[in-house]
Amino acid sequence: CGATCLHAPWQRCWNEEGVPVSEDTQQQIIRETFHLVSKRDENVCNFLEGGLLIGGSDNKLIYRHYATLYFVFCVDSSESELGILDLIQVFVETLDKCFENVCELDLIFHVDKVHNILAEMVMGGMVLETNMNEIVTQIDAQNKLEKSEAGLAGAPARAVSAVKNMNLPEIPRNINIGDISIKVPNLPTFK
Amino acid sequence: MIQTEASCCRIIFGMGKGKSKEAEIKRINKELANIRSKFKGDKALDGYSKKKYVCKLLFIFLLGHDIDFGHMEAVNLLSSNRYTEKQIGYLFISVLVNSNSELIRLINNAIKNDLASRNPTFMGLALHCIANVGSREMAEAFAGEIPKILVAGDTMDSVKQSAALCLLRLYRTSPDLVPMGDWTSRVVHLLNDQHLGVVTAATSLITTLAQKNPEEFKTSVSLAVSRLSRIVTSASTDLQDYTYYFVPAPWLSVKLLRLLQCYPPPEDPAVRGRLTECLETILNKAQEPPKSKKVQHSNAKNAVLFEAISLIIHHDSEPNLLVRACNQLGQFLQHRETNLRYLALESMCTLASSEFSHEAVKTHIETVINALKTERDVSVRQRAVDLLYAMCDRSNAQQIVAEMLNYLETADYSIREEIVLKVAILAEKYAVDYTWYVDTILNLIRIAGDYVSEEVWYRVIQIVINRDDVQGYAAKTVFEALQAPACHENLVKVGGYILGEFGNLIAGDPRSSPLIQFNLLHSKFHLCSVPTRALLLSTYIKFVNLFPEIKTTIQDVLRSDSQLKNADVELQQRAVEYLRLSTIASTDILATVLEEMPPFPERESSILAKLKKKKGPGTVTDLEEIKKERSSDMNGSAEPASVNASAVSTPSPSADLLGLGAAPLTNSAPPPSSSGSLLVDVFSDSASAVAPLAPGSDDNFASPDLASSEVVSEEPADTVHDADELFHKFVCKNNGVLFENQLLQIGLKSEFRQNLGRMFIFYGNKTSTQFLNFTPTVICSDDLQPSLNLQTKPVDPTVDGGAQVQQVVNIECVSDFMEAPILNIQFRYGGTFQNLSVKLPITLNKFFQPTEMSSQDFFQRWKQLSNPKQEVQNIFKAKHPMDAEITKAKIIGFGSALLEEVDPNPANFVGAGIIHTKTTQIGCLLRLEPNLQAQMYRLTLRTSKEAVSQRLCELLSEQF
Repeated sequence: CGATCLHAPWQRCWNEEGVPVSEDTQQQIIRETFHLVSKRDENVCNFLEGGLLIGGSDNKLIYRHYATLYFVFCVDSSESELGILDLIQVFVETLDKCFENVCELDLIFHVDKVHNILAEMVMGGMVLETNMNEIVTQIDAQNKLEKSEAGLAGAPARAVSAVKNMNLPEIPRNINIGDISIKVPNLPTFK
Repeated sequence: MIQTEASCCRIIFGMGKGKSKEAEIKRINKELANIRSKFKGDKALDGYSKKKYVCKLLFIFLLGHDIDFGHMEAVNLLSSNRYTEKQIGYLFISVLVNSNSELIRLINNAIKNDLASRNPTFMGLALHCIANVGSREMAEAFAGEIPKILVAGDTMDSVKQSAALCLLRLYRTSPDLVPMGDWTSRVVHLLNDQHLGVVTAATSLITTLAQKNPEEFKTSVSLAVSRLSRIVTSASTDLQDYTYYFVPAPWLSVKLLRLLQCYPPPEDPAVRGRLTECLETILNKAQEPPKSKKVQHSNAKNAVLFEAISLIIHHDSEPNLLVRACNQLGQFLQHRETNLRYLALESMCTLASSEFSHEAVKTHIETVINALKTERDVSVRQRAVDLLYAMCDRSNAQQIVAEMLNYLETADYSIREEIVLKVAILAEKYAVDYTWYVDTILNLIRIAGDYVSEEVWYRVIQIVINRDDVQGYAAKTVFEALQAPACHENLVKVGGYILGEFGNLIAGDPRSSPLIQFNLLHSKFHLCSVPTRALLLSTYIKFVNLFPEIKTTIQDVLRSDSQLKNADVELQQRAVEYLRLSTIASTDILATVLEEMPPFPERESSILAKLKKKKGPGTVTDLEEIKKERSSDMNGSAEPASVNASAVSTPSPSADLLGLGAAPLTNSAPPPSSSGSLLVDVFSDSASAVAPLAPGSDDNFASPDLASSEVVSEEPADTVHDADELFHKFVCKNNGVLFENQLLQIGLKSEFRQNLGRMFIFYGNKTSTQFLNFTPTVICSDDLQPSLNLQTKPVDPTVDGGAQVQQVVNIECVSDFMEAPILNIQFRYGGTFQNLSVKLPITLNKFFQPTEMSSQDFFQRWKQLSNPKQEVQNIFKAKHPMDAEITKAKIIGFGSALLEEVDPNPANFVGAGIIHTKTTQIGCLLRLEPNLQAQMYRLTLRTSKEAVSQRLCELLSEQF
């Protein structure tokens, strides 16, 4: 599979009691989810019965595929499937707005930002805000606070955008983040 | 922040570049040592450095390394006034939350300060932290505080949103810690809030709370309807930025429609009218041309539409809307978007269970079948199978089952077993013609033998045994199916069992003569697993009885070294015992021991339970679900493996289906060497040797509902254990557990013919200690003695721990009788004297012989018995759910014939039979009229003898 798979940071790990699942389980969930999702054709539906791994038949995997990226959400039956697809779209559009033309590198170097954006949309596993402008306003306010607190912050970000502007299509595609095995914090369950 | 980030990234990528694991660990350890020295150093760190190092620790942890320090520094960051420092602190404790009580106290303190800070950013961070951790400790500390923040007038909108969801999270993890109170009514009013984000969060919260406390949140219905109405009918201007690709506030609409699904349709006609208007508008909008070609537009629109349809289905009250919903879904079934086809199939499944729309759903059958054949996506095909299952009824069962069987040939492995179960259930439920049923199941085994679980083939055997009309056909069909050069082992099992029972029905045909049947089965023998071979050995011994002409052939096979010296204990034991049995026992004894199986007690399919288990509760949509649920206690006992401890002698479940485990081998597990002589002992005593190898004998000893936990009175008081309920259970059945306490279990197995009967009583010692002076006595009262003749043999006065002894009671009914005999048991257990008495379920109806008659005959005889003294009537309330199939089974179990198509009202049951006593025969007619609405029955008995009418009416009334 040549595609860079960056679904990991957004995979919400589900657990019945809300107790963090073990790291191993989490990695296994991510691996198997990627395996399930990536082998699916275009033109099939965006919903997947997850089976036991993600907590039984009440839970579904809902995913969207953007070029080389998969965004996967695991939700229970109390959510509207199409609504979640739209939520993923909002998430991606928000990323695009916040990073100005988002690419994989942004997501790698700014895992924390991505996490902040998601935290503005989803909290404790529940949809918090769906209005993109509202989310962007919140993120901008945070950025301002950060800048006012640390003046030195801009340099690496500029470096990233320089790399981005070099427009080397092969570079981002060859970063295989799967080997680095970034561990995902036990983020809130998405219910 | 970003800088620390970048330095961490340097760590990450420094290691990512092909360096070994050791290099990574080395690098990490160096970093950890550095951070540790910084934290321990004399110089106090400033906030920025502290943040930097905590952030590094976090990353190291996320790389999969253990972190055992830094918690205190993280907690310190919480009380910083800088946003970036606070944020990292919160992130650290969210990920590495520690149950260290000292730390928890500090963390809670910091959160409390932030909640009280009135700084919306800090409050937001604190609320996020509580929601993300969501632990019980958090709930204990803050569940009281958050509602106050939520409803306070001066709270910022963004904080309100977070507070609502935070509360929801705490409620989900620890509902008991979230107190209901004044705030609930104010939360409901948040539905009117200006800010749509607040309304969305509040709706999520209310939906969850309302599911558990519907009364408290009843007022939310009218508010939700008016809010929805404003959104749906608005010109999308006043919705701030919540219009998404031309669809006004789709998420909020979905949430509101979900909330309304917690309640029945609104009672207030105005509200109801407004809601109907909304739903109609949503349905109308679906027909309008799209305002945008983007998929986001149609997604959002359809999300609302599907939720509206769910609400319509949930209300199930407006036929007009239901039909429109069904038509809309019908359109989606053919839509080019796969997602919509998937969702339409899913929604239709629930629609199929509504009586208003079941017929409308059925009109889409061709489309659904087509989906099964052509969809490329297994998820969608799975939904199509579910829908076919839900829409199946008597009118289309043959078609649907045929299509499912077709599909099974190519189905994905992941869903085969489920399809097998579904086909098996539908075939049984809607079988008009049981030959079709047998064909279907054999096809199932042929196509997907590996996925046919035990439940499925046990069931086909139960049904064949219980239906005389299909036995010959079944024997012929399995014989033909076994001709295939390679057939599935499950087919060998079914074939072996059925030919063993009913092979004689086809033996007349020279093409399936006894020897050919035997050779055919034996040709499969060596390819089969041990349990199947064990079953085949039982078939062979049954053949010895059915076809004496091939006895020597079979004996030769049993005598061969590969059997008698088989390494498998079970097979060897069977071969030895069966060989001895066939040599020693006389034809009469053989005929009795190897008699054809009596019908299984009618019970609901255990397959359904299996399907439910597989799919998870609530997902098998079936109108009859509820009634099946009730009989699940019977299903439980369908597992032949659940034998009680003292009766376990055969480990293989398939063997136990033949009932071998219970009858001759019950006396605990004898070693193979002695069991041969044990059998001989048993058979030398012909009185006790006649226990037929009956089926279902295991479940008689394992019915969980019978396991009463009565304590035996230690005083030698002569208390009769008048367990009426248990007693009544035996009125309609002959086998089961009569009594059970910690020490002793009494099981019964009985058979009756004309005015004679024989009852086997099994006494099981459940302890590990011997019972001494064990004396069971059957007592007939003075009134009973002239009518009922009972003969018993004394049993061995010592019962070893874990052992079972058997006593036979021979019964003769001289004339009709009312009372039941008493079984008194006395024994000594560990120095205390035990004395107990139970009623022995020998009741008048046991001497029933069923009589079939036509409608005309029945009513003629009914009129002849019109003397008021001959009729006894009882009107009573139903004690059990009223299910026609179970009622029928009970009437048949009662002993009378069940006459179909006799009563002009098909809901009524009529029966006829003759009670045989030594002196007279008494004709009996009965009629049972259920009244479903009132949950009542009227039972009428007419017999030629008043006392008999009276007694039968009493006995039967207790059954429903």
